[in-house]
Amino acid sequence: MRYGMAIDTRKCVGCSDCVVACQTENNVPLGFCRDWVVEVVDGTYPNVSIELRSERCNHCANSPCVRCCPTGASHFEDGGIVLVEHSKCIGCGACIEACPYDARYSHPDGYVDKCTFCIHRVREGNNPACVSVCPTSCMYFGDLDDQNSKIVNVLKNRKFKSLAPEAGTKPQIFYLV
Amino acid sequence: MREELFVSGRNIPNIDPYLNIWHWQIPIYLFLGGVAAGILFFSGIFTILGKDHKMRTTVKVAPLLVPFLLVFGLFMLFLDLKHKLYFWQLYTTIRLESPMGWGAWVLMIITPISILWSASYVREIFPGWDWKFDILKTFESWLIKYRLWIAWPMTIYAVILGIYTGILLSAFNARPLWNTSILGPLFLVSGMSTAAALIIMLSKDHKERKIMGRIDILLILIELFFIVHLLMGFLAGSEAQINAASLFLGGKFTAPFFTFVVFLGLIFPAILEIFELKGFKVPVYIPAILVLLGGLIFRFIIVEAGQITRFLY
Ligand code: SF4
Ligand code: SF4
Repeated sequence: MRYGMAIDTRKCVGCSDCVVACQTENNVPLGFCRDWVVEVVDGTYPNVSIELRSERCNHCANSPCVRCCPTGASHFEDGGIVLVEHSKCIGCGACIEACPYDARYSHPDGYVDKCTFCIHRVREGNNPACVSVCPTSCMYFGDLDDQNSKIVNVLKNRKFKSLAPEAGTKPQIFYLV
Repeated sequence: MREELFVSGRNIPNIDPYLNIWHWQIPIYLFLGGVAAGILFFSGIFTILGKDHKMRTTVKVAPLLVPFLLVFGLFMLFLDLKHKLYFWQLYTTIRLESPMGWGAWVLMIITPISILWSASYVREIFPGWDWKFDILKTFESWLIKYRLWIAWPMTIYAVILGIYTGILLSAFNARPLWNTSILGPLFLVSGMSTAAALIIMLSKDHKERKIMGRIDILLILIELFFIVHLLMGFLAGSEAQINAASLFLGGKFTAPFFTFVVFLGLIFPAILEIFELKGFKVPVYIPAILVLLGGLIFRFIIVEAGQITRFLY
């Protein structure tokens, strides 16, 4: 089993619903976020293109954040979900420095926090909050090892990319382009 | 033209643009680690070479400072932690892949070694010192007898500690400025050079100062070479690395780096030290203080600049 996410940059309208849904679902303290939306503008007028991307932790398969954690607080859960165990985290910040996507932040309570793929919802068979709330249904969450899953189908039929693959982390979030 | 904007979330003060999680504590931690490593290295190596009588300050006096430097350094690391009450978990886990983890362990090993080492010299430096208990006296004579046995592991651990201060940073491939293997040797040499400077300041023996001055000049030259090498390596690298180097070659760290680190921290004190060797009267503490300050500023700049180099945005 290998959880991943595919996000359709052509469907995304940049409404930031996913951001708010995550903040609500996961009690993210005010002023912080676990996911965010980026708008990339390429070209010069009148030939411009815009890409909207909802970004979050890539739950990398070769994740530097897990590797550099001195206490094992950052670890892999079933399906490759990268999680921080709050009671083991000493807040040294090494993982924040190690993440090429800057997907982590220091929670005011001291530990480091980031996207969990809403593991508590996934275990109950639901989608992560961001996926279920998206008004354009532009996100697909599922098991990349299951050949019949929707996400695998989408990835088979569409062109996609991942972010900063040159960082070598094997990110598991794919952007349909 | 390419422009990347945050539509949501990230453009808030707590996250962007300042994701920098390491502040002043880490550079001080690295600086103290470097000085301590340098002193222990010199002390160990001169003992092994049988020069401990000629190099009194290097071998016997300066190491007395090391336990304090190391404990203070560990305290800095502690201050850096955001979840302080969970600190002990650093020492209930062994994770060799984590530089933060094995660095904490290296410190845990070298601190007691440095305490034993200085304990064996306390009475020589402070003749009035009394260990009070017989068991401590026996222990002391045992330490003195086996000094050479301690010197070897201490010298090796000192090198590991010195390199570690660079590896802590170079292990992060997410920060292109840090992600170069030259950082380990560079921090080691810089740490040794600051240690030599400190010893020169402490020493009253002209001959010893002259030897350490020569060593310091050599170390400064190696350091300059490494810095050129570092920047050239970046310029020959990927886009992210070229951007990292440009912070020092025209970017916002150019002036502080070349003024305080390269010129005032390395070239100028080296010139002063050369003058002194040639017999001119130069107050010893001027080049020494410059080298120490340069080393400290160097670490501040590298830690700060590294955190703003990244792959995205
Ligand atoms: S995106 Fe960052 S935090 Fe998430 S797994 Fe990869 S390296 Fe770790
Ligand atoms: S901040 Fe916490 S999760 Fe991150 S590396 Fe340190 S101990 Fe591990």
